[in-house]
Amino acid sequence: MLERTQRSGRRLFEWVEAGFNRIGGHRWNPFYQLGALSFFFFWIITVSGLYLYIFFRTGTTAAYESVEYLTIDQWYLGGVMRSLHRYASDAFVVTIVLHILREFFIGRYRYFRWFSWVTGVPLLWLTFAAGIGGYWLVWDSLAQYIAITTAEWLDWLPFLTDPIARNFLNQASMSDRFFSLLSFLHIAIPLFLLLGMWIHIQRMTLPRSNPTRILAVGTISALLVLSFILPATSQEPANLDNLVFTVNLDWFYLNFYPLLDKWSAGSIWALVFGVTLLLVVMPWLPPHKPEPVAVVDLENCNGCGRCFDDCPFGAVDMFPRTDNLPFSHEAVVDSALCASCGICVGSCPTATPFRRATALVPGIDMPQLKIADIRDKTVQAAEKLTGHDRVIVYGCRNGTDINRLQGSGVAVISLPCISALPPSFIDFVIARGHAEGVFLTGCQQGDCYYRLGIDWTEQRIAGLRDPALRKKVPRERVATCWSGPVGFARQKAELVSFRAQLLEMGPNRRNGAIINKTDTPDSKGG
Amino acid sequence: MMTRVLQYIGQVVAYGGFIIFVGYLSAAPAYVHLQPGQAQIKLSFSHAGKPVSECRERSDEELARLAPNMRVRKVCPRERSGVAVVLEVDDKLLYSDILQPSGLKKDGTSTTYRKFTVKAGKYKIKIKLKDDFRKSTTIKDVSKLNAGDFNYTYSRKVYLGAGKIMVIDFNKEADGFVFSF
Ligand code: HEM
Ligand code: SF4
Ligand code: SF4
Repeated sequence: MLERTQRSGRRLFEWVEAGFNRIGGHRWNPFYQLGALSFFFFWIITVSGLYLYIFFRTGTTAAYESVEYLTIDQWYLGGVMRSLHRYASDAFVVTIVLHILREFFIGRYRYFRWFSWVTGVPLLWLTFAAGIGGYWLVWDSLAQYIAITTAEWLDWLPFLTDPIARNFLNQASMSDRFFSLLSFLHIAIPLFLLLGMWIHIQRMTLPRSNPTRILAVGTISALLVLSFILPATSQEPANLDNLVFTVNLDWFYLNFYPLLDKWSAGSIWALVFGVTLLLVVMPWLPPHKPEPVAVVDLENCNGCGRCFDDCPFGAVDMFPRTDNLPFSHEAVVDSALCASCGICVGSCPTATPFRRATALVPGIDMPQLKIADIRDKTVQAAEKLTGHDRVIVYGCRNGTDINRLQGSGVAVISLPCISALPPSFIDFVIARGHAEGVFLTGCQQGDCYYRLGIDWTEQRIAGLRDPALRKKVPRERVATCWSGPVGFARQKAELVSFRAQLLEMGPNRRNGAIINKTDTPDSKGG
Repeated sequence: MMTRVLQYIGQVVAYGGFIIFVGYLSAAPAYVHLQPGQAQIKLSFSHAGKPVSECRERSDEELARLAPNMRVRKVCPRERSGVAVVLEVDDKLLYSDILQPSGLKKDGTSTTYRKFTVKAGKYKIKIKLKDDFRKSTTIKDVSKLNAGDFNYTYSRKVYLGAGKIMVIDFNKEADGFVFSF
């Protein structure tokens, strides 16, 4: 049931995202940067809010008048700032909600990710508290409705003896002090939100907290256009002696307020606390199938720290050596943080298939798919290949089902992440003539399931990141295809054209000799 | 070239859709909170009931047992009476309750906040309050009280215009109920 929902949700996202890729490419695609976009909106809200704060006056009539002044007299700047403040706040809710849904559908909330997930939950509360408080400050008829409804709702909680709602009985009972408190809260709550957002991304290496420039420019322009064509305005001034019949609700923030007219305050609290509790415990709800985590083999670890640099989740730490080997540090995996992506194995210089002197045991390895297994699979699969356009496809399990690519000239090997493949394997396949080319495929560009896998792979192939693919390896025999889970057609087409290219290139020559598997490859190269 | 143009159009459509979505839902559709022609009566006060018993004088033995700085003859109980309140509109019961004093020692005020939405029009409002219960009479049910039991009673005819709020407060200093429109 849960898994089925997730699968359908994921399909839907992938389908929409594919459309967005088509019109703007992965660097523009907002779905790949929902968290970063939320940060961006937060900064817009902060800057515009600071401007509004300069002119805002606290007080029962002063508040409304100061906002009217900004909106009408200063429409060209104050009004635009007000509109940006409102619309960026609304957009903030949109991106957060999409962000949660997406992480949920993709299943990125369990195990080591509980931290990111659980620290996200208070952000929801703070966001709503800040938004509701913002509408309250304007002190128009919407604010009046919010004040009374919220006060009555809060009064249900058994904390205060004197009901807050008594502050809003009529005009005479309103005090300016209340505004000072509200405007203080409207600054304090976002500060806590910012702190919470900072904590939220602590467990990630290189978290993406800024959208790409093209998306940032487009988004702020769109919000500016909206601010000019539909400036945010106030409703009637509040008058507590009169009833408010109809309000133009902001449905992003006040969506549950109508329910407060229909259900009791207690049941709405139950709903809100219930949803919160459900969100908090979700990472531990069944089905629970944790994977084995990376394991360090000290005898083979030289303490180079590459795994530490490449782990996207900060799960590897470097500690002083505990054995007698002549290195200063050793790698240690924190199993509570490990995503089982294998990226560390791909980064370990000892994980090379060329090793023959000793058994192939690298400094760090994944128990479920050891580096020795990958080599064996590569060699075995290659033996069955025929033709002069033989390709070994390494694919990540979060992309398409690569078994569908298999054929007489194509062998496939599935990995947890494409970046779990040490670049020396590419060298190995080509230099030893196991195939004419290597085809690497995985997640959609810009949307690596393990966040950094595609970046690391590309940088290693380009020779920009250790362990780099050796210069001698002919790059025209290496193809990458970041097509994502819905990109099968594209993947297939690119593979076909890659093979055609290989045929054209002819057999792989090195030092004048044709390298072919019939040359008993294992006696050569290295 | 053509695909480039189509892509730009696609992006404009995406941004356009986004701002229409955000712009529209940020203040629409309007929500009808109350129907036209309605009015409200709000009954709300925060009032400390009388102490549950009279003050009394300590005997000499009692005084002797106390620390020297605590030797005050007159002792008054801290506990206060609950406050019973009955609100009738056009002789029909709208609300009644016995409000317990706040505080662990039951020495605080009794508070209520009630909101009744009614049709605009003329009403006869009758409101009664009793704040001098003794500890021994812990009545839970207001209907068991007789009219004479209440130490404050007030009734008046009012006209509630559409959209108006009438607040009924209780203020001992003003000697009873205060209506404000
Ligand atoms: C103010 C609201 C929020 C902001 C600004 C925000 C921002 C971010 C950012 C920047 C990332 C890193 C993305 C990356 O580098 O790949 C992230 C990841 C994540 N967020 Fe949020 N987030 C917010 C709310 C939430 C909420 C409410 C939840 C869930 C209840 C949540 C769940 C997650 C999870 C599970 C990840 C981890 C993804 C991974 O490890 O691959 N976030 N968030
Ligand atoms: S498997 Fe992935 S998450 Fe775990 S230590 Fe290696 S790189 Fe880090
Ligand atoms: S990359 Fe390999 S050798 Fe280097 S520290 Fe990590 S486990 Fe040890």
